[in-house]
Amino acid sequence: MKTIAIASGKGGTGKTFISTNLYKLMLDKNINVALADVDVEEPNSLLFFKEAKESTYKVVDEFRPDIQTDKCTFCGKCAEWCNYNAIMVIPRMKKITLIDDLCHGCQACQFACEYGAILPSKTDIGKVTSFIYDNKINLFEGKMIISKSSATPVIKETIKIAKNHDNYEYLILDSPPGTSCPFIQTSVRADYVILVAEPTPFGISDLRQSIETLKDLKISYGIVINKCDLGDNKLKEYLAEENAEIISEIPFSKDIAHDYSVGNIASNTDTVREYFTNIINKLETL
Amino acid sequence: MKVAVVSGKGGTGKSTVTASFVALADEKGYDVTAIDCDTDASNLFLVYNPKIDFEKHFLTGVHAVIDQNRCSKCGICYNNCAFDAISRTDDGFYIDPVSCDGCKLCARLCPNGAISLIESNSSMIYGGKFQHGYILYGRMSPGEENSGKMVSAIREISREKQDNTNTNNYNKTAEDNNKESIEILDGPPGIGCPVISTLTGIDKIVVVTEPTLSGLSDMKRVIELADSFSCEIFVIINKYDLNNKVADDIELWCKTKDIPVITKIPFDRQMINAIINNQCINDYDPKSICSIKLSEAFNKII
Repeated sequence: MKTIAIASGKGGTGKTFISTNLYKLMLDKNINVALADVDVEEPNSLLFFKEAKESTYKVVDEFRPDIQTDKCTFCGKCAEWCNYNAIMVIPRMKKITLIDDLCHGCQACQFACEYGAILPSKTDIGKVTSFIYDNKINLFEGKMIISKSSATPVIKETIKIAKNHDNYEYLILDSPPGTSCPFIQTSVRADYVILVAEPTPFGISDLRQSIETLKDLKISYGIVINKCDLGDNKLKEYLAEENAEIISEIPFSKDIAHDYSVGNIASNTDTVREYFTNIINKLETL
Repeated sequence: MKVAVVSGKGGTGKSTVTASFVALADEKGYDVTAIDCDTDASNLFLVYNPKIDFEKHFLTGVHAVIDQNRCSKCGICYNNCAFDAISRTDDGFYIDPVSCDGCKLCARLCPNGAISLIESNSSMIYGGKFQHGYILYGRMSPGEENSGKMVSAIREISREKQDNTNTNNYNKTAEDNNKESIEILDGPPGIGCPVISTLTGIDKIVVVTEPTLSGLSDMKRVIELADSFSCEIFVIINKYDLNNKVADDIELWCKTKDIPVITKIPFDRQMINAIINNQCINDYDPKSICSIKLSEAFNKII
C-alpha cells in the first residue's frame, strides 16, 4: 500500500479538491484506492460522495481521571505530576478540580495518586466512520467533537482503521492544514506528501514552512500548483531554488470552482483528466 | 474592543479581510493592534512589513529523551506511554520526539532516572510598528506544537503592551494614548485549540466564509464553537458570485440563527493583485467594489 497525504500549510489551497478528484479518477481507472479524510476539525470529503453509505463507525475516546473526593487527601501530588496544569487542588478548602480542556489524557495523575482516589474514566473526543462507495468500503472520515482540542488521536485512529481495513494499492489522506502536530502526525504515516500550493505571497510563505517541516522529517514530497494563474512567478522561482518537483499545475476555472462549490467532482473533461493523470503518473513511479 | 476573524475552512479570505479591517480601523482613528493568531501559517506581516522592535522565544513544549547508558531496558516507559511515542528495538527503547506529548510520566516512572525532558524554544513571537498601528505575530518553528498556548502568549504580550502604554515601552506617542484601542485578531483555520485560544475574551467574532458546501459546513461548526463564547457574531460571504445559490443558502441559514450577514464580496482579481503587491485592498485600490464592501462591513461591526 502506498499512502499519499495531500497537504498544505495554508488553508483553502485545494487539498480536498485534489484528494476527492484524484480518488474518483483512480476509481474510474479501476485502481484499488481508498480515501481517508483526516482533516478532523473540518472534514469535507464526504460532501463530494453523496451516494456513499455509512457502514460502521468507531468512537475515539481519551483517558480522563475520575476523582473520588471521598478518598482524596488533597495532598496535591496529582496536580504536581500533571504537566498540563489540568488539576487544581486547594488543600485548605478541601477542593480538587479537573480542567477538562487542559487534560491530555496521559494518566500521570492516576500514577501519582497514592490513595486510589483517581479512577480511570474516558471522554469521547471524536468518531471514525467507514463508508461504502462504489460497492466496497473505501471511504473513511475522522471527525473531532466540537469544543474538544485533541485532533491527533482522531487522526491516528482514522489512518489506522483505513490501513487495516484492506490492502489498498493507494490510500489518499485529505490532510489538516498547518505545519504543527495534526499535519505531522498525518505526514509521518504517509509514504509521499503532495503539497498543494498557490502562487501568492501567502501561499509561498506557508509552503516554505511545510517544505522545511517535511525536510526535517525526511519525507519525500512533490508540489501541485493550484490556481496557478492567480499570482506571480515567485513560487516557481522558490521551487527551483528548493529543487522541488512540480507534479501538476491547475489553472483557476470558474467551472471547477462551481463544481466544487456544490460538492461535485469536476466535470470529466480532457483538460481536467490531464491535471490528475499527471499526478497518477507520478504516484506510479513511487 | 477585541474583534476576531475566523472561518473554519481555510483560504476563505481571513487574512485579506483582517488586513483591510486594520487599515479601516486606523482610518477611523483607533489605536490599532493587529494580532496574527495563525501561528502555523502567519501571513498578515507579509502585507504590512512591520519594523520589528520586539522578539521573544516561545517555549512550544518539552519532549523526553532516554539516556541509553542509564537505561536498564525494563520497559516501564514503553508500557505506560499514552501517546505511543516510545518504540522498542533490539538495542533498547527510543522516544519519537514528534509523537512525544511532553507529559513527563515516563521520566517520573523510570526507576533509573534515565529519562529527561528537553525544551524546544525555537518558535518566535515578533512585534513591530507598521503604517496602521502595531502588529504581533508568532512563527511556529516547523514541526512544533502547542499553537494554542502560543496564541495565548501573544495575546498576553498585547495586554502587557496596552498596560504599558504610559511608560512608553513600545514607542507610543502621546497622541496614541488618547485614542480608543482596538485589537483585531486574524484567526487560524479549524475549530481546535488555537481557535479556542483566539476566541477567548473576544467582543465580536467575524466569520468569513465562501459559497461552497465546504465553506458552509465549516462555518456551521465554527459558529457552534463561537456560540459558546456568547458574544456578537457577524458573517461575511467572500467570493459570493462563484455560486450565488450556495451564497443564498448561507444567508438563509444565518437568518434562521439570527446572525447578520454584513456583506457579500464578489470574486475579484484585484484582491489577489493587492496581495501580490503586499498591500491590503483598501490601500491598494480604495475605490474598488471589494474595498467599499469591506468598509461598509467594518462600519456595521464597530
